[in-house]
Amino acid sequence: MSQTAVAATTRSTAVVERPPPGVLGPLAWLKSNLFSTWLSTAVTLALGYVIVRIVIGFVDWAFVNAIWHVPYNAQGVPDTSVCQNAKGDGACWAVIVDKYRLILFGRYPYAEQWRPAICVLLFIGLYVVSAMRRFWRKELVLIWIATLAVIGALMWGGILGLEPVSEDNWGGLPITLILATFGLAFAFPLAILVALGRRSTKLPAVKTLCVVYVELIRGVPLISVLFMASVMFPLFMPPGINVNKLLRAQIAFILFAAAYLAEVVRGGLQALPKGQGEAADALGLSYWKKTAFIILPQALRLVIPPLVNTFIGFFKDTSLVLIIGIFDLLTMGKVALSDPPWQSFSTEVYIALAIVYICFCFAMSRYSRGLERELGRAHRR
Amino acid sequence: MSDATADPRMAGARAAPKSRMRLSWSDPTFRSIIWQVVIVGIVVAIAWYLVSNTNRNLAARHIATGFAFLARTAGIPIGESLIPYNPAEDTYGRALIIGVLNTLKVAVVGVVLATILGTLIGIGRLSRNWLMARLTGFYVETIRDIPLLLQLLFWYTILQGLPAPRQSLHIGSAVFLSNRGMKLPLLIWQPADTWALIAFLVGLAGTVIWNRHARAKQDETGVRPRVWPVALGLLIVLPLAVWAVLGAPLTIELPVLRGFNFQGGGTISPEYFALLLGLVIYTAGYIAEIVRSGIQAVPLGQWEAAGALGLRPGQILRRIVLPQALRVIIPPMTSQYLNLTKNSSLAVAIGFQDIVSIANTTLNQTGQAIEGIAVIMAVYLTISLSISLFMNWYNAHIALVER
Repeated sequence: MSQTAVAATTRSTAVVERPPPGVLGPLAWLKSNLFSTWLSTAVTLALGYVIVRIVIGFVDWAFVNAIWHVPYNAQGVPDTSVCQNAKGDGACWAVIVDKYRLILFGRYPYAEQWRPAICVLLFIGLYVVSAMRRFWRKELVLIWIATLAVIGALMWGGILGLEPVSEDNWGGLPITLILATFGLAFAFPLAILVALGRRSTKLPAVKTLCVVYVELIRGVPLISVLFMASVMFPLFMPPGINVNKLLRAQIAFILFAAAYLAEVVRGGLQALPKGQGEAADALGLSYWKKTAFIILPQALRLVIPPLVNTFIGFFKDTSLVLIIGIFDLLTMGKVALSDPPWQSFSTEVYIALAIVYICFCFAMSRYSRGLERELGRAHRR
Repeated sequence: MSDATADPRMAGARAAPKSRMRLSWSDPTFRSIIWQVVIVGIVVAIAWYLVSNTNRNLAARHIATGFAFLARTAGIPIGESLIPYNPAEDTYGRALIIGVLNTLKVAVVGVVLATILGTLIGIGRLSRNWLMARLTGFYVETIRDIPLLLQLLFWYTILQGLPAPRQSLHIGSAVFLSNRGMKLPLLIWQPADTWALIAFLVGLAGTVIWNRHARAKQDETGVRPRVWPVALGLLIVLPLAVWAVLGAPLTIELPVLRGFNFQGGGTISPEYFALLLGLVIYTAGYIAEIVRSGIQAVPLGQWEAAGALGLRPGQILRRIVLPQALRVIIPPMTSQYLNLTKNSSLAVAIGFQDIVSIANTTLNQTGQAIEGIAVIMAVYLTISLSISLFMNWYNAHIALVER
């Protein structure tokens, strides 16, 4: 223990979030710690054995014995008997090779699938740009609006000679990214308003409304809100108006995410010293000026790490639209599996889907951690 | 709204000296009232618009509102239920109660198992053994990055891909794992068991009393009487003695393979098993992080100071470190318990009949969409509120009492 403490103090300028004892220091030190006591040695040997067995088994299954291609007959139906025979010994990645276009882009017209592909790249570019602190300026809002407009034009088509595609034919990864991105883009401003409303002392009625909204949404599962969007929403609308299912789910998603984000933002507002608001009042700033220029910039900066964590949560939660029948990435995976020849290869498909989700979530959580370290350093100074 | 239309200049100029509010836009109180009237007015207008649309739509579709359908015969087949149920006779109300019980069955067992697994993994991440820390770290990082729904579907497929009952995986001839779920030996409850349970509860009360006595004695004299021999006697020896005196009856019903399926024994259905597995593995990843940060929040000096006072390691952990760590752990743990409970609603995707699944079937059969969703929301709000209240009480109980 004391060694850790020494290490932590000597390196205190670099180490902010201290890793668990046992992962600090050079390799030799780690090695000596693998076999420090008889218990540790036993744990190392037992775990080492299990890990080696699992890794060898997995490599055998996923790479050595894996089948990447299967023959097709004259009608284009795959002959999966090779995969069936190898089941349990080797993965049948042929299902991914055969279905990846369907899983990624859904029923979007096959010849036009370069459009959703570009949209996915645009979304990723948008995330990368938003993640860079260099771009944390007002222009970022314009970049967002412009990018989302381009994405909309590409997906719908109908202009610049692009063939129009109805949103009923959208599917796969673009749907997941649309739900997550638009959801958060609209939920975030709403969340700020709700958080401010909940903090207000002069507007008790507004405060009550915000408290009821936040607690009601946070008390129920997302599924019930999505069900509401899919079965109750049509009842809310005047006769003759049909709102698209995707849009309904999107609205449900925005309302749900806003309640959670509002609580995160409220945490930031609460953490901000009271003197900041009082100083702004003393300078004679109006409420909105005080909020926009003094309170929010500081409060939001405080809560960036938990905000990113909430974003990760909602990115994963977009998969729940499977239950109300919207063709997001996960649903497309299930659709691909409903094709009779591939029905028994769900493990492969689920692993492939998991890798896609992990890529996005892992990037976000790495970013969040890096940012936390960076902001923490600035804060300590 | 009449205030807003009144001319503010006139009223402001002639305000009586005693009145605290002037009808002027520069008066904060007046302004706040106007704002509230406007915002509440907008919300009420939207709500009124939606409700009137809904009423018109319901009338057009000839759907009667109200909860009268709860008394009608359900006819929903339900696979597993904690209370007797007959789809041909029993009502929607009873079906929904079964759904609530199934949700609770998953939530309660899930919370307990996730806490145990999560605590073990959280402590594992703090292990000085590099391999252990890395492995648990890998677990936490990976499992939290995969959507729960995907994990549930994955586990459910794995369980469905298990061999048929005849070729089932088994531990001896007691536990069988097949594509029909898990079969366990079942203890047949007998009167002697009830008496043993009563003896155990009496023993528990006795232990608590003796513990209080020991503490009082310690406060008085500084010497703490031994607790564990008394606890051992009251909690284990006493119930066993009662059970032995009554003839030590022990009947265990083993699952037996007959034909294509098992007879007797207890069953854990594949749906329940997959849901529990997914929820526990997923939530344990979050609980592990909470436990780790909670333990790390206790400064090292606390361990050292307690050691310097001559406390033994077990005592340090129980009396010094845990009480402080729990203060950090309890609030985020509460929200994880709530999350687990809410996430159990994903059961609908793999066919476990929890409240969401049964309410969904109900609303599809009866067309009572609003009532069905109201039932779901009311149930979860009640559960969420109960968990928060309990955990808040527990948190207040262990919170730091300052002067």
